[in-house]
Amino acid sequence: MPLSYFLGLSAIMFTIGVLGVILRRNALVIFMSLELMFNAANLVFVTYASYYQVLTGQIFVFFIMAVAAAEVAVGLALMVAIFRTKHSIDIDQMSSLKG
Amino acid sequence: MPVIGTIFYVFLGIVAIGSALGMLINRNAIYAALFLVLNFATIAVLYLALGAPFIALTQIIVYAGAIMVLFLFVITLLGAEKLPGYEPIKGHRLVAIGMALVFLVELALFYFVRNQTTGPIPFLSAEFGSPKNIGVVMFTEYLLPFEVVAFILLSATVGAIMLTKPDRKVPVNLPQQQD
Amino acid sequence: MLLQETVMNSTFQLVPLVVLLPLLGILLNWLFGKRLGEKGIGSIASLAAGGSFVISVLLALALLQNHEGARVPLFTWISIGTFDLSWAFRVDTLAVTMMLVVSGVGTLIHIYSIGYMHEDVRHQGDPDRFRRFFIFLNLFIAAMMILVSADNFLVLFVGWEGVGLCSYLLIGFWFEKGEGGLGNAKAAKKAFTVNRIGDFGLLIAIFLIFWNFGTLNFGEVFAMVPAVAEGQPGLLMAITLFMLLGVTGKSAQIPLYVWLPDAMAGPTPVSALIHAATMVTAGVYLMVRSQVMYMAAPAAQEVVAWVGALTALFAGFIALGQFDIKKVLAYSTISQLGFMVAAVGLGAEVAAMFHLTTHAFFKALLFLSAGSVILGMEHGLEAGNHGHSGHHDDPQDMRNMGAIRKKMPVTFVVYLIGALALAGIAPFAGFFSKDEILVAANQGNMAIFIVLVAAAFLTAFYMGRQVLMVFFGDARTDAAKHAKESSLLVTMPLMILALLSVLGGALNLPGMHTLEHWLEETLIITHPAEFIVPIAVGSLVVALVALLLAYLVYGRKPLANAKAADPLAKRLGVIFRWMNQKFMVDELYQAVVIGPYHKLADFFANPVDLGVIDGVVNGLGSLTTSFAGMLRKLQTGFARTYALSIFAGLILILVYILTRI
Repeated sequence: MPLSYFLGLSAIMFTIGVLGVILRRNALVIFMSLELMFNAANLVFVTYASYYQVLTGQIFVFFIMAVAAAEVAVGLALMVAIFRTKHSIDIDQMSSLKG
Repeated sequence: MPVIGTIFYVFLGIVAIGSALGMLINRNAIYAALFLVLNFATIAVLYLALGAPFIALTQIIVYAGAIMVLFLFVITLLGAEKLPGYEPIKGHRLVAIGMALVFLVELALFYFVRNQTTGPIPFLSAEFGSPKNIGVVMFTEYLLPFEVVAFILLSATVGAIMLTKPDRKVPVNLPQQQD
Repeated sequence: MLLQETVMNSTFQLVPLVVLLPLLGILLNWLFGKRLGEKGIGSIASLAAGGSFVISVLLALALLQNHEGARVPLFTWISIGTFDLSWAFRVDTLAVTMMLVVSGVGTLIHIYSIGYMHEDVRHQGDPDRFRRFFIFLNLFIAAMMILVSADNFLVLFVGWEGVGLCSYLLIGFWFEKGEGGLGNAKAAKKAFTVNRIGDFGLLIAIFLIFWNFGTLNFGEVFAMVPAVAEGQPGLLMAITLFMLLGVTGKSAQIPLYVWLPDAMAGPTPVSALIHAATMVTAGVYLMVRSQVMYMAAPAAQEVVAWVGALTALFAGFIALGQFDIKKVLAYSTISQLGFMVAAVGLGAEVAAMFHLTTHAFFKALLFLSAGSVILGMEHGLEAGNHGHSGHHDDPQDMRNMGAIRKKMPVTFVVYLIGALALAGIAPFAGFFSKDEILVAANQGNMAIFIVLVAAAFLTAFYMGRQVLMVFFGDARTDAAKHAKESSLLVTMPLMILALLSVLGGALNLPGMHTLEHWLEETLIITHPAEFIVPIAVGSLVVALVALLLAYLVYGRKPLANAKAADPLAKRLGVIFRWMNQKFMVDELYQAVVIGPYHKLADFFANPVDLGVIDGVVNGLGSLTTSFAGMLRKLQTGFARTYALSIFAGLILILVYILTRI
């Protein structure tokens, strides 16, 4: 398959992830959309690793996965903590920054 | 490229995009999570096709196995699947979708106008993305980032615990001094 | 010989002290005045002024030896390119003459003020203001000395402005008193503002001099005048006429004399010192100093002479219709200044300086004596009010006086001497000085001569009227009945001034012409003074006739009581009312100049300043506020909106990368 296939797929997944972040109200679904965006990027990395026959891309994907895991852990802990006070994970209710 | 290969890839592509869209649209959070699991699995297969077996399995184990399970735990913990109503902010949906289309167009332009790389993925040997090769590169060239990532994971663990710790006074027992 | 030379050379170096001694007096009074008490304050101030006088005398003695005088520079003030202006003192006969007059009369008035202000601050109710008065008086002497000892136009202007400032400060000394609580302050403001108009003229003249001559130094400018006059004939006329505008302001000529009668709101020593003897003569001094310029512009000289003559006559008429004792003297001052200005215009500068000096003596004497009379009347008011709750008669209104000579004999005698001197009766000082001016007019311009003679007639007449109204007849009010002679501190300077008024004629007696020879060194004498007997006798006759007429009108049948109408009022009817109302000049100015100016200022203040300028500024403010309000809507608080904007930024960055790199 040509390179453009994987790049196109990645682009579409990334865009769907962004739309998910912008359009969904549930904070957890927003997180999941973030993961989708990560995956889109991972796909590009692996694609180019194969294209150039260099393993660096795959190593980087490994690290991204590790960091994403850490981030998810902390993020979900945050959501739990917020839920304790607000009793909701509707992100529109966390609008204290309103000026 | 044989036809079966093309069909295979097209099928995978459709499943990946479809599951992503499913995650986007579905109101029920659990269904969204499950769609995402499907997406991850598809991506893992694509990794296999790209000659990265180690990464593919790592994807399954870490992403689909650990992260999504964690998500599902939290969703069920918080009762989030019962979130009512879907009220977007006024004008948001249209603007967002419009901008997304613009974004896609831009990326396409990037590829066609600015890109120098094009062409098929070359044929890869089975040894290319094997754990042995990855291990060699990881522990020689990228040892420092490896250790740093370990550190990051440690701090994330500690952070997660700290954030969810309830405020509770723990009685402290001092050892009595005995002369 | 060497000793003599060094002595007189070094004497000239003393000239900065004439300015510094009064300044030292100010400093001492300012810092230590409260502790020293009234006597101390007065002594320091008087010693400062007296010190100036002593220095002036020393300078005069040195000048007797060394006629040319000297230029004593102090420091360089402005040095730009080729233009060098230094603060220098000029010691020559003209300057020293003025210095002697200013410091001499000034010292006497300082001494007088100790006694006068002691009473006055108690009468007005603020004993702590005593110190301020003497500080201002010393400041005035300092400024006047700067003016007369200046070596260039700019330093003269500094002194000019300084005396204007002191005039303002001293007229409005009792700033919270006066009509409606504002009267004195308004008078002070009027003096300052009207003087400003004159100063504007002087400034334009100085600018023209600077621009065309390239220097402001007296010596250099006057040396260049003939050359410039040939090159640009209209220029000198412009300079001199603008200078005349300044002179009409400071020396109270038509059209800017209106501040001087209002200035009588200040305490009497102020009127004596500033508005009779010294500050108002600054204009005359300026013109005498710039004599060379006037001689090069004969048309301007003509204008000057007519301005002076008309002022003399006009003010004389107004003086005739006034009832306030000080107002009569004020208009008399304007009239006599008109004589001096006319003399300058006729080319008789020596006569002008002579009259300036004698006028300083007897006008200061008259004002101070009037002050003494007013003090006596105030005493009488308080004494009379012990019996019944007083209705306050104006202690300055002549109609409330009468038979003062019985109660205040010393004041009466000195006042009489002053009045006779002013009227021009021989052998008092005024006779000689006025006669010289009349001679100059006779030889120069017959029309002016007639006007001046008429003014002299009026002078004698209104002085006779005043003396008869105040000192003769019967006491018309309780205040007059209980008037008391003033203390020695008050009357001693009066007696000295009276002596000077008697002997002052000796300054320039016909035949000896001491003053003329003295001033020859500095001035160009075009018409040496002559004593023409017919004119002298004629002027004496005119004065005597006027006095006789005054006696006939006011002396034989004195006013019956305070409310009686002036006998002239019946005879002259409307004309008398006009004279009393100062020919409505103030009202005219109000209608023609001040009223429209206020409207213009109102216009600029309200629609323009408040409306447009404030509108623009406030509008900018409210524009910013509304803009901020619009921007505020961006901060929705929703994280999704922020994410959207981040996405938008991302797209824009991609566009940039797409098109640039």
